[in-house]
Amino acid sequence: MTERGPKSIVTPLRRVRHLGAAHSGTRHFWHQRLTSVANIPLTILLVLIVVGLLGRNHAAVVQILGSTPVAIVMLLFIITSVYHMWLGMQVIIEDYVHDEMLKVVALMGNTFFSFATGLAAVFAILKLSFGL
Amino acid sequence: MAEIKSAPLKERPLSPHLQIYKPMLTMIMSIVHRITGGALYFGILLLVWWLLAAAAGPNAYATVQWFMETVIGRLILFGYTWALIHHALGGIRHLIWDLGYGFEANEREWLTIATLVGSIGLTIVLWLVGYLVMGGMR
Repeated sequence: MTERGPKSIVTPLRRVRHLGAAHSGTRHFWHQRLTSVANIPLTILLVLIVVGLLGRNHAAVVQILGSTPVAIVMLLFIITSVYHMWLGMQVIIEDYVHDEMLKVVALMGNTFFSFATGLAAVFAILKLSFGL
Repeated sequence: MAEIKSAPLKERPLSPHLQIYKPMLTMIMSIVHRITGGALYFGILLLVWWLLAAAAGPNAYATVQWFMETVIGRLILFGYTWALIHHALGGIRHLIWDLGYGFEANEREWLTIATLVGSIGLTIVLWLVGYLVMGGMR
């Protein structure tokens, strides 16, 4: 807890920013919850889309995945999920990797993996939509 | 304050880790939530592969379809579905806790069992729908 008495060494500016020891406030926690709530309806829709497409041939899959409503749902799911898993894996790394060097490498790897998979999926969906 | 000055580097007791506790369903489900999260992290490669193959063309898509038909492919897909649903239900449980509800012992147990039964049940229902209604996964 931040000391609030007159003798506190915490500056008023530091206190008013509410950032705490991690220098990021509750942003990580909040974004994890924000994306988790978004993912409830999006996951249901994704599962319905995938199950509905599994028995179909390539041409049908391309047509449905590239249609505007399906493509928008897929893009939303990918963006919220990749952000959610990026935040989640960061927590796992911070919990279990104690070596400072290894931790930085793992956190970088987590960011690279999340961005690469997210971008690849977005690219594929856009390619299907625009038919390039 | 005087104690801190007079006590130099010394072996301090560490907080007990998992193995000291009696395993309970709520505790195991908490661990499973993290494990399914970690599995889904790498499982997204499956979704990315599927999307990229669909975007690449019929040949690449046929390879994905062939793999999903193999026993290993089916098991991975089934496990991925279960992990996704389990993590989603576990997440809803955590959101309920975040709002300050469900902390009583019987409520915790009930939520835990509901998550487990719900995830297995929903996964089976989903696959039955996939096979029977949607015409199976050829």
